[in-house]
Amino acid sequence: MLMEGFATAAQPIYLLYALFGVFIGTAVGVLPGIGPAMTVALLMPITYSLEPTAAMIVFAGIYYGGMYGGSTTSILLNTPGESASIVTALEGNKMAKAGRGAAALATAAIGSFVAGTIATVLLTFLAPVIVDFAINLGPVDFVALMVVAFLTIGALLGSSVLRGMASLALGLFIGLIGVDDTTAQQRYTFGFAGFTDGIDVVLVAVGLFAVGEALYVAARMRKGPIEVMGMGTSSGNSAKWMTKDDWKRSWKPWLRGTFIGFPIGTVPAGGADVSTFLSYAAERKLAKGENKKQFGRGAIEGVAGPEAANNAAAAGVLVPLLTLGIPTTATAAMMLTAFQRYQIQPGPLLMETNGALVWALIASLYIGNLMLLVLNLPLVGLWVKILQIPRPYLYAGILVFGALGAYSLNFALMDVGILLVIGVLGFFMRQYGYPVAPMVVAMILGPMFEVQLRRGLQISQNDVSALVSTPFTWVVYGALVLMFAASFFIKRAQKKMEALPVESIAEEAK
Amino acid sequence: MSNMEPSGGTVVLGYVPTALGEAALEAAITECRRRGSRLLVINSTRADRTVDPNYAFTDDVELLHATLGESGIEHEVRQFTSTMLASDDVIAAAEETGAELIVIGVRKRSPVGKMLMGSDSQRILLQADCNVLAVKA
Repeated sequence: MLMEGFATAAQPIYLLYALFGVFIGTAVGVLPGIGPAMTVALLMPITYSLEPTAAMIVFAGIYYGGMYGGSTTSILLNTPGESASIVTALEGNKMAKAGRGAAALATAAIGSFVAGTIATVLLTFLAPVIVDFAINLGPVDFVALMVVAFLTIGALLGSSVLRGMASLALGLFIGLIGVDDTTAQQRYTFGFAGFTDGIDVVLVAVGLFAVGEALYVAARMRKGPIEVMGMGTSSGNSAKWMTKDDWKRSWKPWLRGTFIGFPIGTVPAGGADVSTFLSYAAERKLAKGENKKQFGRGAIEGVAGPEAANNAAAAGVLVPLLTLGIPTTATAAMMLTAFQRYQIQPGPLLMETNGALVWALIASLYIGNLMLLVLNLPLVGLWVKILQIPRPYLYAGILVFGALGAYSLNFALMDVGILLVIGVLGFFMRQYGYPVAPMVVAMILGPMFEVQLRRGLQISQNDVSALVSTPFTWVVYGALVLMFAASFFIKRAQKKMEALPVESIAEEAK
Repeated sequence: MSNMEPSGGTVVLGYVPTALGEAALEAAITECRRRGSRLLVINSTRADRTVDPNYAFTDDVELLHATLGESGIEHEVRQFTSTMLASDDVIAAAEETGAELIVIGVRKRSPVGKMLMGSDSQRILLQADCNVLAVKA
């Protein structure tokens, strides 16, 4: 199966698509404020004309590339390109300051590669097993899984439970707009003909991620510039590559990071960010003697572990997406939307009905990882150059692109209007600290949740207790309680760590 | 040069922390010594991008001060975040001090390249009221 996937993904045209994906992905990963979720949303209208395999390969490349790109900015600028690289900045930037930037970048890239590859292998073997199991799951079981997804995304992530849940509720509401599938009643359309088909997910995602972010940046544009740390070339003749000692100190954190990151990515518990904090904490605890003293002053383990963890988590996120059809991050949610646009419903049946596509996608992950490893280090100069683009140019481009994409969905001006309204909403959400990811995920997952919930209730003749009737639901709800208990402790540790880079960023920006 | 009377005039240097900027700095120092005038160094950024290679950070600034200190000429360094283009900052400083000369570094470019990319140096050359010394690295 996987071999067939490789046969498809290795075709020159798909290799080019993968290259395009990882290239764009790395670029957006490097840029602070612009992430893979926004990029996938922006590209969705364009990739409409592509066949599904090509589109999914591009998106997977963007997803993986974003993970690599974020580390570059973290290490050289002490400004995490995206949230999964916050921890990398802790030790990585200290290493760069000490003239060991090249070694830090190398351990991040090689660690990402190692973790990405191992995690993809795990995905390859785990996915069919989970599918076998998931095929027996009923509507109530899916309801339980989605409740977990909603609550973890809304409440566990981000700093404020209330704001997360508010954002989630808003997403659910927007997801309800349109015609009810079961009774064909119009809901929340307020008599507007344009609302009967519902509001397109792409509009909401582009509005929140792209337009909202652009407005936010415009409102507080004059920030920076930030000093770029060298690769370590200034002191000697050539950049100090990873030494033998660095390798010795890196390989264990890579493996540990992988096995911390992958499971966390798999359960809907917050994607990549949480795993990086856990990995960092683990490395710090496990380091001995001299190496331990280096923590806080540029310990290579503190870069190797978290970077491996975030890539492993990225692969882990694909497990519930491809086997259950449940996205656990904003980017995964956008990929799910992409599937739906091609009339493919992700879920336990995906591998049976669209096996060729899934295996080509997984094969392209192996290829994409290799490309990223080869691309990343030699092109560091280019990635830093991307950061020199004046923000007005960058965001003007994104706005034009977003508006164009919104218009091309239905060739209706109304869609552009909705985009702008949601963009303004996104700006205020950003301004007042409301996370936007729960809203997007809720909007995508909400209608699926409704279908399963109503199906479950119809089967049980509206007996609500049916929702906790199967052993699987007990396990899931039990795990949910445990997760909340665990998150309490993790969050405390995370806050302690988060305080560090934020301070230094503020200093640098002055 | 100490036998020369200070003219009391000002030379304004548009400084960037690159090889070109260093060459311009050297030329500006020589020029100040010859004229016996003081040197005003301008380095500004619009802060509209994450990385601005033309803005001098700690190391560059230290080096700049060291070079200026060694030269023994009277000098002032102004570094700030501006809403204007770097060229406008330099011209404004020149007008404010009634400068007798502006020194800038100029990159080599083809006419077509010039047409595509407007530049700060071009703006200074055209808009300045005083003489402009364009230094090539």
